[in-house]
Amino acid sequence: MQDEEFKHTNPEIDIHAMGEMHEHPTWKEYKWVALILTVITVIEVWIYYTPFAQHALFVPALLLMSAVKFAIVVLFYMHLKYDHKLFKALFTGPLIIAMATLISLLFLFASHPKPK
Amino acid sequence: MSSAVATHAHPPTSTGLDHRKIAIWAFIGSECMLFASLISTYLIYKGRSLVGPFPHEACDPPKCATHLNAILNIPVTSMSTFVLLMSSLAMVLALAAVENKGKPGYEGVLGSSKLWLLVTAILGTTFLGFQAYEFTSFVHEGLTIRTNLFGSSFFTLTGFHGAHVTAGVLWLLTLLAIDMKRGLGPKDALLVDISALYWHFVDVVWIAIFTLVYLIK
Repeated sequence: MQDEEFKHTNPEIDIHAMGEMHEHPTWKEYKWVALILTVITVIEVWIYYTPFAQHALFVPALLLMSAVKFAIVVLFYMHLKYDHKLFKALFTGPLIIAMATLISLLFLFASHPKPK
Repeated sequence: MSSAVATHAHPPTSTGLDHRKIAIWAFIGSECMLFASLISTYLIYKGRSLVGPFPHEACDPPKCATHLNAILNIPVTSMSTFVLLMSSLAMVLALAAVENKGKPGYEGVLGSSKLWLLVTAILGTTFLGFQAYEFTSFVHEGLTIRTNLFGSSFFTLTGFHGAHVTAGVLWLLTLLAIDMKRGLGPKDALLVDISALYWHFVDVVWIAIFTLVYLIK
């Protein structure tokens, strides 16, 4: 459960109730996270306007970059990397169900002919 | 557990964790499934519209009465995406300001939770402004929620997201009002943490929507 060794530098914060297992990042680390997110977004938009948009790897590249951005926000901004494992389970469990449902529905409807 | 923690003890729970934080994570989990169903619907209907306007391709007669350009405006949406990403940065800075109020290194601008809450709310409202502009321009170009399958699924998906952003802005303004009235300090960190989790979730949903709806042709 709780890591008894970890104590927040501010003793007024109830880390136990908040489920914090480690100290949150500093504003300098948040700044770097924001920079990385911005750079990835710029790359996403940039490749949209390049000939690479016609390449077979365009969609996988976009999905990969989107997944990286998603993970960075969840792990660092939402502090899931530093929080209690119950919170991780409460988020990743439904997320896996949601992804499985999305992929299943896409496969299910892929066989339906598109209008010409 | 430190002695200071015990002085701010929450009601006893079987997990030792505050119910409110467990509730917000459970809520976010359920929201994942809601948005997955909306995104699934959009992707299933993608390319199945019988009449224009279309998202990425122009539409010519006989499918459309007149020539219609591709309707999605990527530069404008890229700007709104950047605004929402920056609002997440402002939100974590607001939480850090509340958690570290009075600590060395958090004086001045960096320690002003009021400022960062206000900046987050302003950026959220700016995002909503971009969305209002986009929806209005789409309607002027002939795309409504009843025009075709793209319009139905697009307005439903992005409209639901916009409603979530609106709720988030109202939540932020409520926190700002509390902060201005009595000040938010480390004891209130959980309140700000919960609202921050909701706000970041709205951001990650947009990260998915931006790629799946706007960038993938």
